Amino acid sequence: MNGIHIGECETFETEVLIIGGGVTGTGVMRDLALRGIHCLLIDRRDLNAGASGGNHGLLHSGGRYASADWETAAECRQEGEILKRVATECIEDCGGLFVAVAGDDPGFAEQFPEHCRNAGIPCQSLSRAEAREREPGLTERLIAAYRVPDATVDPFRITLENVNHAQRLTGSVYLPHTKVTAFEIESGQIRAALCQDTRTGAARRILARQVVNAGGAWSMEVAGMAGCRDVNLLYSKGTLLISNTRLSRGVINRLRPPGDGDILVPGGTISLLGTTSDTVTGLQGIRPTVAEVERNLDQGIAMLPGLATTRFIRAFSGVRPLVQAAEGIQDGRQASRGFTLFDHESQGLENFATITGGKLTTFRLMAERTGDLVASRLGNQESCKTALEPLPTGDGVRWTKPGFSARYWYQRQDPTDAVLCECEMVPQSAIDAILETAPGAEKPMELQAIGLRSRVGKGACQGAFCSLRVTSYLYDLGHYDSNEGLVRAREFVSERFRGVRPVLWGEQLPQMELAEALHCSLMGLDRLDDLASGLGSVPGVGQE
Amino acid sequence: MIQEARQYRTGLAVIGSGLAGFAASVFALQRGIRTAQVGNTGAIAYTTGYLDLLGWHGDRLLDNPWSGLATLRQEEPDHPLSRISDQDIRDAFFGFTQALSEMGVDYTPPGDRNLLGLTPAGTRKPTLCMPRTMVAGIAAAAAGDRTLILDIAGLDGFSARELVANAGASWPNLRSRRIIFPGVDAGVRVFPEVMARALEAPAHRQQLAGIIRSVAGDAKYIGLPAILGIHRPDRVHRDLERLTGFTLFEIPTMPPAVPGIRLREMFEQAFPARGLTLVPQQKVKSLELGKTTARLHLNDSYGKVEIEAETVILATGRFLSGGLAADRHRVRETLLGIPVSQPESRDHWYREDYFDLRGHPINRCGIRVDEAFRPISESGRPISERLFAAGILLGGQDWIRQRCGAGVAIASAYRAVSFAAGCL
Repeated sequence: MNGIHIGECETFETEVLIIGGGVTGTGVMRDLALRGIHCLLIDRRDLNAGASGGNHGLLHSGGRYASADWETAAECRQEGEILKRVATECIEDCGGLFVAVAGDDPGFAEQFPEHCRNAGIPCQSLSRAEAREREPGLTERLIAAYRVPDATVDPFRITLENVNHAQRLTGSVYLPHTKVTAFEIESGQIRAALCQDTRTGAARRILARQVVNAGGAWSMEVAGMAGCRDVNLLYSKGTLLISNTRLSRGVINRLRPPGDGDILVPGGTISLLGTTSDTVTGLQGIRPTVAEVERNLDQGIAMLPGLATTRFIRAFSGVRPLVQAAEGIQDGRQASRGFTLFDHESQGLENFATITGGKLTTFRLMAERTGDLVASRLGNQESCKTALEPLPTGDGVRWTKPGFSARYWYQRQDPTDAVLCECEMVPQSAIDAILETAPGAEKPMELQAIGLRSRVGKGACQGAFCSLRVTSYLYDLGHYDSNEGLVRAREFVSERFRGVRPVLWGEQLPQMELAEALHCSLMGLDRLDDLASGLGSVPGVGQE
Repeated sequence: MIQEARQYRTGLAVIGSGLAGFAASVFALQRGIRTAQVGNTGAIAYTTGYLDLLGWHGDRLLDNPWSGLATLRQEEPDHPLSRISDQDIRDAFFGFTQALSEMGVDYTPPGDRNLLGLTPAGTRKPTLCMPRTMVAGIAAAAAGDRTLILDIAGLDGFSARELVANAGASWPNLRSRRIIFPGVDAGVRVFPEVMARALEAPAHRQQLAGIIRSVAGDAKYIGLPAILGIHRPDRVHRDLERLTGFTLFEIPTMPPAVPGIRLREMFEQAFPARGLTLVPQQKVKSLELGKTTARLHLNDSYGKVEIEAETVILATGRFLSGGLAADRHRVRETLLGIPVSQPESRDHWYREDYFDLRGHPINRCGIRVDEAFRPISESGRPISERLFAAGILLGGQDWIRQRCGAGVAIASAYRAVSFAAGCL
């Protein structure tokens, strides 16, 4: 589908406009496309810019909610089983442990098997020796350990595959960097969404028969723009740390009421330690802090003593959108992890729906419920197919998994395929594949978008070298003929730094010093503006 | 088998083999001091080859670093460069660049103004001195003359097209071209150091010259990544100019880069020939400071080594070289635990914005020295009468943002050696 230019405003037309390119929005896109429906997906930034990219990638067995939220636990178990069948490429079925250590409430631990049984979650009791044989990093001070079918999921790959499949099925379209500024509403119907390209400022008008708000933490804001006051969210900020190497075989959960530093999740070649939970009032300036990192570490060390000397390469934060069912819950850990689908009919709108709350693990179910509503509103009789239809992969969408590019590059044995990111071994051919076929390929695709679709910038050097190498490659391809490529590189490393800053100690500190020397002292990225504006009359030139 | 430690006695022991350590050895040799130098491979392979003195002060690009120093002395009196006179700094740069030129890598002497060296991105770096092989780029840029920038297939991180896109706005006759390095299959990855060593052989120079001639067109200048030899760069440079008939200049590359490797290998050859005891690639394990001498303990490939020195210069660098290290809470000096001035907590080490023009507070942390460049304790008294310090280990400066790393290294090494000489 091409945009039609009418005056200043580019107009698009679609059956369903989906707002929000997280795992839920892209899940709805694929669900509807499997029913033969054309969708247009927009995101104010890019895929997984919110909580979908800011979580630990855990595919819950449900064990985590077994004690407090039976319904969510059962939902997680069912959805986990489905995703393990249909999204095999995105999932590592690594298993998980729940462990209690000296000082934890033994009563809480004793009840765990029964809670699991009630939710239908397989749970096997392990001796201390068995648990430590499986996970040698565990403390000697274990008092209980249970094995559950936790797994991990790559949220970036699943999102990319959702979009990729929807594009192929119905020619559905994804537009990044597009934010809604207003809705045109006429007799109980949203006729169009007025949007703006957040990079160029260009206006866009999107005509749609149905509108789905999957804006995650921003969904309350989006609903408000359509005059709906029924979405009431609690924002809970969570911060996690990423280690340089993989620290465990499977997921390790602390067996006690949820708290900081109580879960370690492997993700290919790395591990994630989480998660704090702090209620925040706004969505601006969300970034991980030194204090949050310390809280996770202090608690995590009790379960895994080796964390005290682990090299962490980054921290990151996400904001969980939690649906406030009851007034007065101010603690994000007490709020339900369940999801809610708003049909907004009570607000006088017939073609608008908001899907929010929920979890990464339950995104498919959230998309199914939304798809059912939207399809019936469109008079579409097709049923949901996502529980059976495997998620197809593609050349442009397989680069986010840690360790994949290294194996790919080695197997190809092509000496001319230069490795542009050495930490994660991302070769030039991977960049080519992403530029050509990854969903959301803006023209030209920027370094930040490439980073999102690959492991570029995610290794130990956090983009110190690869930002510059990939930029040089983009210049070689003719993407830039001004200093724009350097400006993009600067944006990329600035964004990386937000996550690196709170984990700068030990071995990561020399790495940072080298990065800063490269970016500033060698390349002059800190003084790009001054040098660009003053280059015609630079002093000092010509004295030789 | 218990092996006796091999023992050396020396007037001065220099710990560290970065720019400051090498500069200290150069100045010590110039004064005829019996010297031993020990240290891990410093970060010298990361240098561009440019020797900067002071490139930026606050938000001003300094055309004249000397007038910048005058302002620095008023605004940042604790900056190491604020504590050294212009005359000493100038003498230090003269002495150091002259020594480099004599030992085999010709450098420009310090002038009154900063030169704006090209970077691989096509931006500029203000610097006081540079290798002779890079100089022609300054004139070519100033005149906006017809210049062809060459890059090499398989050398990543150096794009002639990128350089032209960034420098081209003020340099209209700038063009780019990609060539294949002689004897290499098209596209196979190549490394600057390997190409530089290959070009020491006349046959490879002949072949490269042929390639350059075939692509040069109407260019007057040819710019190319820094690959013109390791041991005799000036000879390789002159020879290629003769063979091609063009004026050639080198441009620094991403590290590890040839200009730094040249300096390291040159020192490693030249110092022992001048009577200096060099123990490269080894880290000092411990240092005992006695009343009349200091004792360094280390291991090399043959076993234990002990160096008894009348004076010591500590030039161990910062985090990258291991002179400083930090845990989750504090920054410490690694060899002696010398107090490090630093922000109160980790949350204050770095600013929130990476490119904040004020720089990050952690870059200004470091050890403090008295007027004789002796490290001082919390009480402000020298830790030892015989222990001196030089280089970016010193606090109160931001070598990255101020573009003053070489200046701090060379000038403080010069001062430290002159004070150490007073103890001998």
